[in-house]
Amino acid sequence: MTSAIANPLALIAELTHRCPLHCVYCSNPLELAQRSTELSTEDWSRVFQEAAAAGVLQADFTGGEPLTRPDILSLIRSARTAGLYVNLITSALPLDESRLEALVEAGLDHFQLSFQGAREETAQEISGTKAHAHKLRVLEWLKRHRIAVTLNFVIHRRNIEQLPGMLALAESSSATRVEFANVQYYGWAFANRDSLLPTREQLMQSIDFLKKAQERLAGKIKVEYVVPDYYAKYPKPCMGGWARKLMLVTPSGDALPCHAAKVIAGLSFENVKNRALREIWEVSDAFQKFRGEAWMQEPCKSCDRRALDFGGCRCQAFLLAADATATDPVCSLAPQRPKVDAILNEINSAGMRLAPAADAPLTKPAWLYRPNPS
Amino acid sequence: MSIDLDSRPCLAPGCRMNEKTQQPRTLLMPERALRLNGPSLEIVERCDTKHTVAQIIAELQQLYSKAEPAKVEQDILGYLALLQKERALDFEP
Repeated sequence: MTSAIANPLALIAELTHRCPLHCVYCSNPLELAQRSTELSTEDWSRVFQEAAAAGVLQADFTGGEPLTRPDILSLIRSARTAGLYVNLITSALPLDESRLEALVEAGLDHFQLSFQGAREETAQEISGTKAHAHKLRVLEWLKRHRIAVTLNFVIHRRNIEQLPGMLALAESSSATRVEFANVQYYGWAFANRDSLLPTREQLMQSIDFLKKAQERLAGKIKVEYVVPDYYAKYPKPCMGGWARKLMLVTPSGDALPCHAAKVIAGLSFENVKNRALREIWEVSDAFQKFRGEAWMQEPCKSCDRRALDFGGCRCQAFLLAADATATDPVCSLAPQRPKVDAILNEINSAGMRLAPAADAPLTKPAWLYRPNPS
Repeated sequence: MSIDLDSRPCLAPGCRMNEKTQQPRTLLMPERALRLNGPSLEIVERCDTKHTVAQIIAELQQLYSKAEPAKVEQDILGYLALLQKERALDFEP
């Protein structure tokens, strides 16, 4: 079937929603998949084959915690056999050194390790689990293996003061890439947003600090920084555009253009058990819904930037403006931008009272912790 | 950051080409992929810890004998620097 639609480049394989952590910023949907609905090893193997045949180059193994899948080695092997480059996005909690060796031997290309802070107390507050010390051990084990390593620090108001400590941690590791990724507000992060958004002052200081770090470490460690788009002038080109570059398959096999797409009312999603991946990508209703420009409202419809950022994020437009066709309200040109400004005003007036200094005792907000589905 | 012509470039851990049977030939790395064609493929294939940067330049100048040698050298150094910045390449002494 020839098509004018360019093939997907990456498959986000959301292997499970089970996870030993309970992070308050988790981007999984509030409705978590039960274990009994998870795709089998064989299902995933077929998905990888179909993805590679459709032109996909990379698979991102994520979750939940992908290492909770007992068949993770088979999954890595079958993705590699299919011809995919395999990234693992993990907390490393259910991992010992021999299992790490097995992952590498099975053909894992890239290990991306999450960090919730530079200190155990912060990590424990944010993830609801004691995991930080274990991650430091894993960092040591990783030094003994030939594999790409990225550290991903999830940044928000409660840990943004710890950037120096986080950077030091990264520099003492074998990581060649470090991402300081400000929380984006979907799923559980959206529910906990008012306790997570940094103040403007914190944000400006962090940008300054990380810009300098980027320059100093150029050629040694690639430092990347993602700012919260509520503070941006223009929206992010979410996922590289709706159904343009990336597709996600949920633990039960639903094919989505992104991890948050189920928040949008009126969309129905097809399942990889019922239809070939390439067909879903090319012609399914959900994937076609926001391709092209016909769906756009003003100002996007006639905006010079529409081919750059595609009007921003459809899911965010739905979450903030109850309309998935609206200009992403974080855009300075969006009719709904005042809504975002009001949220930021609230954070910045109350914020300094709520933002702890680097060594001050933490006063815990009332967090909504993500449970572990059975 | 200047490149030592006597150093031997090699792909960094976790950075590799796709299989020989896969087209187009692509350089794969964390969350990124670079299409390799013509000169870029010739360069990456020689990042094998055996070729020095100087040797890669010399071999490509021969392969692309119609091109300006100085331009070939410039392009190669630029490409190697780009890969290094992405942390896809290490240089061994």
